[in-house]
Amino acid sequence: MFQLNNVTKVYECRRQTVKALNETSVSIGDNEFIAVVGPSGSGKTTLLSLLGGMMAPTSGDVLFRGASLYDLSLAERTKLRLSSLGFVFQSFNLVPWLSAVENVQVPLSLAGESVASQQQRAGELLSRVGLSDRLSHRPSELSQGQQQRVALARTLANDPQVILADEPTGNLDPDSREQVMNLLAEFHSEGRSIVMVTHDQFAAQYAQRPLNLVDGTIVDSRDVSSAA
Amino acid sequence: MKLRNLIWKELWQRPTSLMTSLAAVALGVTALVAIQSITVFSEKKIAGDMRSLGANVLVLPPGVTLQDYYSADMHGQTMPEEYVTQLALARMAGVENLAPKLCVAAEVNSIPVTLTGILPRSEFEAKSAWQGMSFLSNPVGTDRGCCTKPVTDTSGETDLTSLATQRTVQDLGRNELILGADIAVQLGAGAGAELSLLGESFQVLTVLPPTGTIDDGRLFTHLHSVQRLSDSGPVVNVIEIMACCEDAAGSLITDLSQELPDTRIVTIAQVVEAQVAVNGLMSRLSWVFFGILLLVAGASIASVMYANVAERRREIGTLMALGASPGYVTKMFLGKAIILGIAGGGLGFVAGTVLAMVLGPQLVGVSVLPMPYLCGVGVATATLIAVGASYLPARRASRLDPCLCFNEG
Repeated sequence: MFQLNNVTKVYECRRQTVKALNETSVSIGDNEFIAVVGPSGSGKTTLLSLLGGMMAPTSGDVLFRGASLYDLSLAERTKLRLSSLGFVFQSFNLVPWLSAVENVQVPLSLAGESVASQQQRAGELLSRVGLSDRLSHRPSELSQGQQQRVALARTLANDPQVILADEPTGNLDPDSREQVMNLLAEFHSEGRSIVMVTHDQFAAQYAQRPLNLVDGTIVDSRDVSSAA
Repeated sequence: MKLRNLIWKELWQRPTSLMTSLAAVALGVTALVAIQSITVFSEKKIAGDMRSLGANVLVLPPGVTLQDYYSADMHGQTMPEEYVTQLALARMAGVENLAPKLCVAAEVNSIPVTLTGILPRSEFEAKSAWQGMSFLSNPVGTDRGCCTKPVTDTSGETDLTSLATQRTVQDLGRNELILGADIAVQLGAGAGAELSLLGESFQVLTVLPPTGTIDDGRLFTHLHSVQRLSDSGPVVNVIEIMACCEDAAGSLITDLSQELPDTRIVTIAQVVEAQVAVNGLMSRLSWVFFGILLLVAGASIASVMYANVAERRREIGTLMALGASPGYVTKMFLGKAIILGIAGGGLGFVAGTVLAMVLGPQLVGVSVLPMPYLCGVGVATATLIAVGASYLPARRASRLDPCLCFNEG
């Protein structure tokens, strides 16, 4: 699915350079569930941004299904995200002034779906994550676990093959954390690839393969067994 | 959900931040609409006033003042009647009608009256036919096409009461009389009555409607009868000229002075000029206010939009991560600007019209009605300003890094 070849990402800030990824190469196959773990500032979010087609590497190649992601135009990468990639965020990133169902409708609207189709699909997805009775609730009227489940429903809206999750359990209580991880595992079992950045050992256990990121370099720990 | 729903919901989510901008846009349009409405209706009123006033230029013998004319019209000084013909033949642009007059004192049944001799238009027409000219059969001067706002309507001159407003009548016999409203009551005479004046008998043709002027106390008959009976010869006291408003304030007075150098040309041109100047100034000022307030509104909108972009960085980043293109993000902000412009322009039009309708009668004594074209001007300009002011913030939003959707780390 993804192939990173000697990828380096250097940030320049206040005349100082910070190397977030250093000559990193890694391969992520179809239907893999990967947990990227590592200390803060180790380059986890940078890796996720590169995979999401949102940040070009300083050097090296990021291939998605054999094609160089950053040889695509901005518009092509935008379309690719819309059709093939789903995102889950630590702080959910729901639009606060939209209801749960409207939040799930956003990717469908961007894809040009009709309003009726959007509403039907969004309703189905919210039912799937157990929120059929919260369709018209705004994020502020939902618990954090419920908000993350709305975000998961939104992720599935356009049926992506890959889900990129950034600390999906970082703001959740233990019960919600388990609900969210079970849902991610379910999505994985349906054939999707999941790349999850996490500090959470409990969440990491759901992954088939952990990738340790240390000072911008990936250490592939295939010996860590999957808990999922 | 469509883009417009997204824009609309966001707008209602944060209404307070945009209220200032909306107020500034609306104020600009309000100023334009209110002042323009009052100005336009004030101009119409001036044209109407001029129409009802009749004469707006007077040719008087030298030494006679406007005050003399209006206070008594019995100053006793005269000038040759041939000046009337001279003016008619000069065909000056802007002259619509000529009304020579000669006033003499007389008595009817021992009641002192002012007898005013007037020259009916049929006399002009006879004279022009006699001289082989045809233009005088038309309203004097109007064949030159100068009057965009005619002050007289000659279509009703066959009606004798038109003397009250148009200063002339079409036909008047040598022994026929027209009575002012007050003197008719005083003499107890009406249409068909016989009155003895200066030793001759006159028949009353009609009684004029009240005008509130000294004309109400006068008797009008043919100019040449008055000249004959008063032994004054072919002279007149005054030539009243009905001139176009525009020309009365323009070059006509100079032309008249050159044509009749031995007369005093008195005009209300100064009044017209002052009013026209005030209207022009108001009109120009309204555009200045409009421009200034819209610039303020533009700056306010730009500021609010920049703040909005900064406030929504993560939301925009998330939308871009979900697949929103830079064009989509631009449309989100420009769409909001369009709503702001339309709402501000519409509100401004309503407020400005109401203001003009309230203030118009109080400030300049005119009734104001809504002017729909100002709605179009206001809304279109306000929308253009709002979109223009939002363009750079929208572009900034569209260029935000989608990685903003992630937590720092």
